[in-house]
Amino acid sequence: MAPLKDEEHGSCRTVKNGCECEEKSNPQVIFSGQAAEDLCCGPPAEPRSSHLEKPGYQLCRFVEKFIETPAGSVPRVKRTLDRSDIWETIKVRSGINRNQYKITPGLYCVGAADHHSPVLVSANYKLSFDALRQALTHSHAWILVLDTRGVNVWCAAGKGTFATEEVVRQVRASRLADVVSHRTLILPQLSATGVAAHQVKKQCGFKVQWGPVRSEDIEFFISHDNKCDAAMRKVTFTLWERFVLIPVEITLLYKYLLWFLLIAFILSGIGSGIFSFSQAWHRGLISVSAGIVGIVAGVVVAPLLLPWIPGKPFSVKGALSGFLAGSAVAAIFWGRVNALEVTALMLFAMAVSSYLAMNFTGSTPFTSPSGVEKEMRLAIPAQAGAVLISSAAWLWAAFGAQG
Amino acid sequence: MDDFRYLPGVTTLKLDEKACIGCGMCLAVCPHGVFVINERTAKVIDRDGCMECGACATNCPVNALSVDPGVGCAAYIIQSWIKGKENASCGDGGCC
Ligand code: SF4
Ligand code: SF4
Repeated sequence: MAPLKDEEHGSCRTVKNGCECEEKSNPQVIFSGQAAEDLCCGPPAEPRSSHLEKPGYQLCRFVEKFIETPAGSVPRVKRTLDRSDIWETIKVRSGINRNQYKITPGLYCVGAADHHSPVLVSANYKLSFDALRQALTHSHAWILVLDTRGVNVWCAAGKGTFATEEVVRQVRASRLADVVSHRTLILPQLSATGVAAHQVKKQCGFKVQWGPVRSEDIEFFISHDNKCDAAMRKVTFTLWERFVLIPVEITLLYKYLLWFLLIAFILSGIGSGIFSFSQAWHRGLISVSAGIVGIVAGVVVAPLLLPWIPGKPFSVKGALSGFLAGSAVAAIFWGRVNALEVTALMLFAMAVSSYLAMNFTGSTPFTSPSGVEKEMRLAIPAQAGAVLISSAAWLWAAFGAQG
Repeated sequence: MDDFRYLPGVTTLKLDEKACIGCGMCLAVCPHGVFVINERTAKVIDRDGCMECGACATNCPVNALSVDPGVGCAAYIIQSWIKGKENASCGDGGCC
């Protein structure tokens, strides 16, 4: 049983043996003449604890009951997500609490799994686990959860935690051979980077069959005699798949934002009068807008429009979306900026967008490291050069205007 | 993934057709449809589709395949330039 993370204790929500509220430091509430149960302990008592709970453990909400097997009791999990699962998914996707979203490794089951039921191997990242149990709409199956340190299948296989040794270890630790009579494991295809099927067979006697790339195809796979069609073997990168990555990409930028603002306002304030606060404010706002549209162009526009923006290198795609975004800023401030300043703003937006779009390579399922490295050798000097020229032009324009 | 093509002519994928026993494992694990099996031997039909994930080489039982595997992630590569390949990670990047 995994410890639940979202239980709130310590507040006086639970009422045991009458009122055990500790917040006695608030006498107004007690004498406010409300109904007795509202006096200090808020809402009425919650239902009695589940009989499945044990002291020292917390019951995972996705566990329905426990079933007995020759290898001990195994939690049976729900096939549907409840509100707290969905809420946690939203939090993870938006970059809050992004790490540490683990479930306890080991054996689980869905439905009425017996010794003939298939064994699906998964990562202990809760989003992967949720996707799998939700996809298992009808099948009765075992789910063997590996300790991938709370990392999803693809990344864990790349990092070597979703690996041959870990599969073998969990097969042994869960005493899977006592639970099922067959000797087949179904692994997600994307774990093949870390798992060598022939080695698993050699080391623990279980044969590996490669399941589909996406868990939503798992029912099809099981019901078609463990076969995929060709499309289920290929990764996709749909608009939606790209879209859900964006919030996290944005939250990762916060820590750089402060530096960017500081530098933008300082650079903008420098002029022939050495430093002017009003100039820092006015010109700073313009340069910050260029930076922000550059960010939006690189982190939102380029990933979303990825297949439609011309150019293969991501840095080129980003520079193009940055060019459009920079033009928009130039148009908005037209009349307040001269040609030199327009150049500076455009270059800056393009460089920011190009760099950020290039970083998106890490989130795509089709960029080869050799390709990314090749692209970066050209792109990074170009981006750095653009930022330097842009800053120089921005400064120069300030002296030109007043000097 | 035919809409998504990255830089051509860069992959480090190599197939030794003489060593291949035609087991079809590479075909099953490759997420980009790079291989077909033709006359009991694997053939590369879409070299530029390869993203160097290494799944095929890891799973070939006779080591007929080789690829220099890695993650195509800019943050990772920057770190590998600075700290060396062993110490690099994507850190807190949006990827892994
Ligand atoms: S390295 Fe990955 S993408 Fe390239 S051929 Fe092998 S399995 Fe396919
Ligand atoms: S996995 Fe190796 S032996 Fe099997 S078909 Fe592919 S290249 Fe040939």
